[in-house]
Amino acid sequence: MVGTTVSETLDQGGEILVAPPTEVAAGRSAAMDEDFDKLESVISVRGLDFFYGKEQALFGNHLEIKKNRVTAVIGPSGCGKSTHIRTYNRIYELYRDHKATGEVMFGGRNVLSSGTDLLDLRRRIGMIFQKPSPFPMTVFDNVAYGLRQHYKMNKAELADRVEDALKRSALWEEVKHKLGEPGIALSGGQQQRLCIARCIASEPDVVLMDEPCSAIDPVATAKIEELINALKANYTIVIVTHNMQQAARVSDYTAFFYEGYIVEVGPTTQIFSNPQQKQTEDYITGRFS
Amino acid sequence: MSAPATSHNGPGPAPLKALRPRSHGRRKAVDAAIRVFAWVAATAGIAVMFLIVWEVIQRGLSAIDWGFFTELPPVVGEDGGGLGNAILGTLVITFVAALIALPMGFFGGIWLAEFGRNGKIATGVRMVANVNMGIPSIVVGVFIFAALVRPLQHYSGFAGSIALAFIMLPVMARTTEDILNLVPNELRESGLAMGAPRWRVTLGVVIRAARSGLITGAVLATVRVAGETAPLLFTALSSPYWLQGLFGPEGFFGGPTANLTKTVYDFSGMPYERMQELAWGGALVIIVAVLGLNVLMRLIFQRGKEW
Amino acid sequence: MSTLDIDVRPQAGPPRGAAKAAPRGHRRFGDPVFRVVALVCGLSVAIAMFTLAGVLIYNSWTAISELGLSFLTTVAWSPNGGSYGALAALAGTAMTTVVAMVIAVPLALVIALLLTELVPPRVARVIGTGIEMLAAIPSIIFGMWGLFVLVPFMQERVAPLVMDSWLGELPLLRPGPMFQGGGFSILTAGLVLAVMVLPFITAFSRDVLLMVPRVTKEAGYGMGSTTWEVLHKISLRYALSGIVGATFIGLGRALGETMAVAYLVGGSFLSVPQSLFDPGTTIASLIALQFNEATTKLDISALIYMGLILFAITMVFQVLAQIWLRRARRTTGGRA
Repeated sequence: MVGTTVSETLDQGGEILVAPPTEVAAGRSAAMDEDFDKLESVISVRGLDFFYGKEQALFGNHLEIKKNRVTAVIGPSGCGKSTHIRTYNRIYELYRDHKATGEVMFGGRNVLSSGTDLLDLRRRIGMIFQKPSPFPMTVFDNVAYGLRQHYKMNKAELADRVEDALKRSALWEEVKHKLGEPGIALSGGQQQRLCIARCIASEPDVVLMDEPCSAIDPVATAKIEELINALKANYTIVIVTHNMQQAARVSDYTAFFYEGYIVEVGPTTQIFSNPQQKQTEDYITGRFS
Repeated sequence: MSAPATSHNGPGPAPLKALRPRSHGRRKAVDAAIRVFAWVAATAGIAVMFLIVWEVIQRGLSAIDWGFFTELPPVVGEDGGGLGNAILGTLVITFVAALIALPMGFFGGIWLAEFGRNGKIATGVRMVANVNMGIPSIVVGVFIFAALVRPLQHYSGFAGSIALAFIMLPVMARTTEDILNLVPNELRESGLAMGAPRWRVTLGVVIRAARSGLITGAVLATVRVAGETAPLLFTALSSPYWLQGLFGPEGFFGGPTANLTKTVYDFSGMPYERMQELAWGGALVIIVAVLGLNVLMRLIFQRGKEW
Repeated sequence: MSTLDIDVRPQAGPPRGAAKAAPRGHRRFGDPVFRVVALVCGLSVAIAMFTLAGVLIYNSWTAISELGLSFLTTVAWSPNGGSYGALAALAGTAMTTVVAMVIAVPLALVIALLLTELVPPRVARVIGTGIEMLAAIPSIIFGMWGLFVLVPFMQERVAPLVMDSWLGELPLLRPGPMFQGGGFSILTAGLVLAVMVLPFITAFSRDVLLMVPRVTKEAGYGMGSTTWEVLHKISLRYALSGIVGATFIGLGRALGETMAVAYLVGGSFLSVPQSLFDPGTTIASLIALQFNEATTKLDISALIYMGLILFAITMVFQVLAQIWLRRARRTTGGRA
C-alpha cells in the first residue's frame, strides 16, 4: 500500500507518527478511490488575489473545498496558507489595508462581495486559531457563546447542546465537573478542544483550522487529530498545517502553497507519494530550504 | 473518542431539538448604535476642547498687547495695565520647581529602573510614586502651607516652587523609569562588557538612547505644573507688585509672589470689566503655552505618545 | 511612551582606555556615589509622601482632638457660627464625583473602543491627540469657561427645561431649599469634572483594551460577533480590572479637583444638597474658598483636617486603582 512508503518518506522530519498507520491508510484510500470532480464543493475559490497594502500575498488561487472531507493546506511558512483561509470568513477584514479580490463561492454567493452578512457567514464557517483562544468566561459559557448569540433556545436546550458539543469534541469526560470553571484554567490541549466545541456547537458547515496544533504538545495533538477524523462526518474541514505528517495523517485532499500560488492540489496520498510538480516534491521530501 | 461521532448523521443530533436561528437585525442595530455613540462621544470631547480654546481666544485676545506682558495690573476699577509681574512670577516659580524636581525625579527614576528594579523597596517606592501622582494638588498646597509658610510666618514664591516640585517629583521619576525600561538590556550589557563603570553606562549609553523621551517627559511635567493653581493658593499667594530680589517682603523667598494662575483666578471673579479682560488674557497665555508646548513636543518627537 | 531613538554611537571618551585598566578613581568612587545619589532621590519620592501625611496629621491635631470624629458627622461648615462640620462637603464631593463618573466612564469606554477597534491608527492618533489635549488644559481654564459659559447655559436653558417638565418632580432633580436657579450647582460642577476626567479614563481604558490578545478578539469575530459584542462580552472581561483601575484613577482626580469646582459648585457650606440643581461644596473647593477666611488656630487646623480627610480618601482610591491595574497587568501579561 502506498501509505507505508509515504510515512517512511515523512518520518525523516524526526517526528513521531501518532495516529496508527491503518487509520491513516483508511482515510486516504477513500480519497484515492473517489472522483474529486464529482464531489460536492462547499467552497469554490476562483482567482483569489490578496494584498497586504501594496504587497500581493496571494496570486490567482483556485481551490475546491469538498463537502465532508478534510482539506489540508500546506507549504513553507509565509507562503500564504493562513492568508488564504482567512478570506473564507473574511476575518482578515479586521485589519486595515488587507484586501482580497476574486471569488470565494460559498452557499451560492461570493463571500467577498459587499452584501455578505458577516455574522451569518461566520456562523456557517467557524474557525480555530493557532493559539487556543478560550474567552474569559466559564467552560460552559464558552461553549454556549455561539449558541446564545445565533439561536433562540431555552436553558434546557442550551445545556443539552453544550453537553453534546463537548462530547463530540471528546472533552466532556474531562470537564463535566468543571463546567463552572474559567476556560483558561484548562490545559492547552483541552483549551483547543474547548474552542473546537465552541465552534461546532453553533453547527457551522465548515470548520477552518489555522495550525490548530502548533501551540500544543504531541499527545494533545494526537487527540485533536483523532477528533478531526471523527468530525468530518458532519463538517467540512480545512486545516492549515506546517506539519506534513499531520497533513498526511488527517487529510483527504491537500493543497500545496508556494509564495502565494497554489502549486498543486490533489488527493493527499498522491501529493505525498507522487507529486506532479517539482516544487511540491522538493517540499515534501524536505529538500526545500 | 466515544460513540457520538458515529451516532449522529446530518446536521443536529437526533435527541436535540432543531435549531431556531435568531435574526441579526437587532444585534446589528445595537452595534450600529454603539458606533454612532462612540463617534458622538469622541466628537463631543474634542468639540468641548475647541469650544474652550475658542472662548478663551475670543475673550482674551483683546487684552493682549505689549503692556500686558510688561505692566503691573491696574488699580481696581481703572483701565490699562497688564499681568507682567504675574507672568514673570510664574516663570520663576516654575523654573525653580523644575530645578528641584527634575534632577531628583530623574535620578529617582534611574534608581527605580537600574538599581531597585523588582526589589521590595523599589516596588514600594513605585507604588508610593503612583499614589503620589493622585494626591489632589490642593492637599499639597495645604501641606506646604503647614510645613513651610506657617513656621516661617510668611507666604513666598519659594513655597510655591516647593509645592509644584512636590507634584513634579513622582511624575518625573515614573516617566524616567518607564522610558529607561524601554531601553533594551543588550545596550546596558554591551556597555558594561566593555568595562565601563555603571554610572557611565547609565548616563552615557542608556540615557542617550532614551533622551528624546526624557526631554518630552520633563517638558510636559513642567508645563503641567505651570498651569496649577491650587498649590499656589496658600503658598505663593499673589501680589500686585513685581518680584524684587530674593529676600525682603517682595523677594522670592521673603513674601507673596505674583503668579499667573492665582491672579487669573482672583481677577475672573471681580466685577470689573478690565479685570475680567485681564483674567481672560492670562487664561489665553496659559492655554497657548500649555497646548503650544504639548503640540510642539509632539511635533519634535513624532512618536511622543502612541495614540 | 515610546520615544526612543536608540543610537549606539561609540561614546566619546572613556570605555576604550578605561576598560582594560584596573579600576581607577572614578570607577571606585563613581559607582557607589552614583548609586547612593540615585537611591536617595528614589527614596525621596516615598519620604515626601510620608512627610506630607505626618505634617498634615501634626497640624490638624488641634482640630482632631477638639472635634474628633464628630467633624465627619456635623453638617455645616460655619466657623463664625461655631460649627465645624465636613458632612456637607463630603456629600457634595460624593455627588459631584458620582455625576462625573456616571457621565465620563461610559463615554470614555466607547471612545476607547473607537480608538482601538473602529478607526484606522492614523485617525485614532488624531482623535487621541484631541482628547489628550483636553487633559492638558489647566483646571482653572475649565473653571473660567464653566463660570462664563456653562453656568448661564445651565441656569437659562437646562434648569428651566427640567423644572417645567415631569423631570423636575424626580427626587434628585426636584429643587431643594438652597436652589439658586441651577447655574451654580452640583450638576454643573459634575459636568465639568466629567470632561476633565474623561481623557484619563479614556487613555487607561484604551491601553488595557490594547492588551487584550489579538487571537481572542479574532476568535470573537470568528464566532460571528459584532464589534460591540466582542467588546462587552469578551474584551471588557479581559480588561475589566484595568478599566476598574482606570475608573479609580479618574475617581481620585474628580474627588480632589479644586479650581474648576470652586468656580462652579456654588459654595454653599451649610447643608447637604438635596438636588443636583442645588449649590453645594466639596472638600477641595471648601478648603480653597475658606482658607483665607480662617482666623483662629482652630479654623486653620480644621481646614488642614479637611485636607487630611481628602488625602485619606484619595489615597484609598489610588491604592485601589494601583491594585486593580496590577491585576490587569498580571491577567493579560502585558505592561500598562
